Amino acid sequence: MSMASASIQMVERENYLNKHYGVGSWLFTTDHKRIALLYLISITFFFFIGGFFALLIRLELLTPAGDLVQADTYNKLFTMHGMVMIFFFLIPSIPAVLGNFLVPMMIGAKDLAFPRINLLSWYLYIIGGVMMLHCMLTGGVDTGWTFYVPFSTAFSNTKVVEAGLAIFVTGFSSILTGLNFVVTIHRMRAPGMTWSRLPLFIWAHYATSIIQLLGTPVIAITIVLVAAERALHLGIFDPKLGGDPLLFQHLFWFYSHPAVYIMILPAMGVESEIIACYSRKRIFGYSFVAFSSIAIAVFGFLVWAHHMFVAGISVYSALVFSLLSYLVAIPSAVKVFNWTATMYKGSIHYDAPMLYAFGFIGLFTMGGLTGLFLAALGIDVHVTDTYFVIAHFHYIMVGGAVMGYLGGMHFWWPKISGRLYPEGWAKLAALIVFIGFNLTFFPQFILGYVGMPRRYYQYPPEFQVLNVLSTAGATILGVGYLLPMVYFLWSMRYGKPAPDNPWNAAGLEWRTASPPPTFNFDEEPVVTWEAYNYDELKSMPVNEEAPVDR
Amino acid sequence: MTDSPVVAVHGEVENPALLHHFAEPQQQRDAASLGMWVFLGTEIMFFGGLFCAYLIYRRWYFGDWGAASKTLDVTLGATNTAVLICSSLTVVLAVWAAKTARRKLLIGSLLLTLVLGFVFLGIKGIEYKEKFENHHVPGPSFQFNNVKIPGHPDQYANPSHAEIYFALYFIMTGLHALHMIIGIGIFIWLTTKAWEGRFTPDYNTPVEIGGLYWHFVDIIWIYLFPLLYLIDRHP
Repeated sequence: MSMASASIQMVERENYLNKHYGVGSWLFTTDHKRIALLYLISITFFFFIGGFFALLIRLELLTPAGDLVQADTYNKLFTMHGMVMIFFFLIPSIPAVLGNFLVPMMIGAKDLAFPRINLLSWYLYIIGGVMMLHCMLTGGVDTGWTFYVPFSTAFSNTKVVEAGLAIFVTGFSSILTGLNFVVTIHRMRAPGMTWSRLPLFIWAHYATSIIQLLGTPVIAITIVLVAAERALHLGIFDPKLGGDPLLFQHLFWFYSHPAVYIMILPAMGVESEIIACYSRKRIFGYSFVAFSSIAIAVFGFLVWAHHMFVAGISVYSALVFSLLSYLVAIPSAVKVFNWTATMYKGSIHYDAPMLYAFGFIGLFTMGGLTGLFLAALGIDVHVTDTYFVIAHFHYIMVGGAVMGYLGGMHFWWPKISGRLYPEGWAKLAALIVFIGFNLTFFPQFILGYVGMPRRYYQYPPEFQVLNVLSTAGATILGVGYLLPMVYFLWSMRYGKPAPDNPWNAAGLEWRTASPPPTFNFDEEPVVTWEAYNYDELKSMPVNEEAPVDR
Repeated sequence: MTDSPVVAVHGEVENPALLHHFAEPQQQRDAASLGMWVFLGTEIMFFGGLFCAYLIYRRWYFGDWGAASKTLDVTLGATNTAVLICSSLTVVLAVWAAKTARRKLLIGSLLLTLVLGFVFLGIKGIEYKEKFENHHVPGPSFQFNNVKIPGHPDQYANPSHAEIYFALYFIMTGLHALHMIIGIGIFIWLTTKAWEGRFTPDYNTPVEIGGLYWHFVDIIWIYLFPLLYLIDRHP
């Protein structure tokens, strides 16, 4: 391929970054790549706020006594950690940054179908974010991110309504992103880019968008009901007045369980791209991986009540929801097995994105298997509301989604910034994140299994050793997250200029300049090949710039 | 898009309405139309949560809700239903007029739609006013004492359960009215564009997708009307 050896010109070509300058050219841009960067900056900001809360939580739990913060403060800390990380980091993370940047490029389009709506979605995110910041600075919320009634409607005297409205507004930003992706994938594909030639990243984002579109409106209306109930003392969810608190839980989890798949599906899409590239092989079982994304989106809507096994739902519906929850394991396992089969007899390269991908597979498998524990009615009763649950969903959301996000950021950083990141540091960071993550969260499986409940700011002394390990791990994890931010920023100025296709990868996004021109491609591409045609790229080195270390 | 190579077939035709990132007008139309349909899908889920709550409490508090529903004015509700159905007709006329270049009919239909929209909101306002006066608005001043359950002359409705009915009544019709107001905003914009002569047989997507939205809001009402007004009408 001639693209692979394209020389790096000394004079910078015109691209989306240097075409216009000035604050206005960013704040009023409709270029999907620039909006992706706006999102990148905003979610990184919120990631570190959420991380700050996590750090305070872990510091409090260093000792058995509640000595660092008051109980009320602790309640606010874990509430705001959850809200910020879920609604302001994880849900927008891969779709709004990498998806925004890559969906049009991977299908050969000039932009998303509705560029102005795309910009609107970022502004909605910012409005919601400012509301959330204001809420946090003026007192915060203490209900837990789950807003359970009647505590949130009748008892909590913190800023429930304001936090709810912040999430309501941000929810519409998520809906608009999903809407844009669905329409773009249906209507904007380049000639020859058939559905069966789409990268799996696109399939994953299509499935994610379906969840965003059908799930998010339900949490929106639920927030409206909670706010109305709190403001006007209605009885819709208040058992004292004839209301049904379980109805709230049903509506809440109808969104909030599928929301987990909003976080993990895009990460799975990222994995498929990385693993194919660094194994130099066509992905094994393309259509199975593609349709397993759709299956996860569909099944994901049918399992919500497994969060309510101890809430007093009928034993028959518990049985059905337990069974359906097991069903989600099938498409998830299809993905893991197919990635492994892709690597089998591949020529595997251990570059930083691939290290993150390895981490993802291991941690996601751990998270998924412990999910089966929780889907089992008997064990779930034992571990409900313990650190076992905390560890389980952090393995999925942090071990899975964040690893995927970081892997993807490394993989596409040359395309986004036009610079190469320092490979050695990146490998080190991947290793630190993996070690720090496991040290933080594996002890929590044990803690939960032996009975430490979540959401308490003190605990019996016999739990201290495991808690100290967890806090130590969190510190390492924090370093692992700071490192990439430092060297990404460093590379923007000092990194080596990236060739158009530094990894000799097969996707359409690598067949244009790094960074790409404003309309992505100089000529409209015509696709005549299948996705992941690594056969002809097999003999090419995956990373020409990196020193030979294998 | 189809699989055939579409390399700027329409490149020679200057079309100011064609945005830069679309290859041809047909693609732009399809995208806009699909976008609106997908959005309406999210709207169904938005109202769906409320319909779900409605069904549960309707089953739990059957008699109380019958009594509460009887306080609504079915004549006003039926009139409003008729008003909205007529407005759907005028919307269809507007779309047809835009596609067949009948400018006067287009502007007339859009204006008539607006008038019908305002009539609906006016009647809704009269109904709300009556609810305020009778203390049927949920909250501290809510009263629903000594109201008999229809068909059970010896039983009185539970005020708390009736209050849930009225809470859902106000939230459902309130959100519907909010959608009507947004719809009126869209139609005012469409009318000014039609006045400027922007819509032609080649470019009328805004009228069509604005119409889709309007129909959707009508359909929501078609469900709200029997669920809220007609559930217990035997004497």
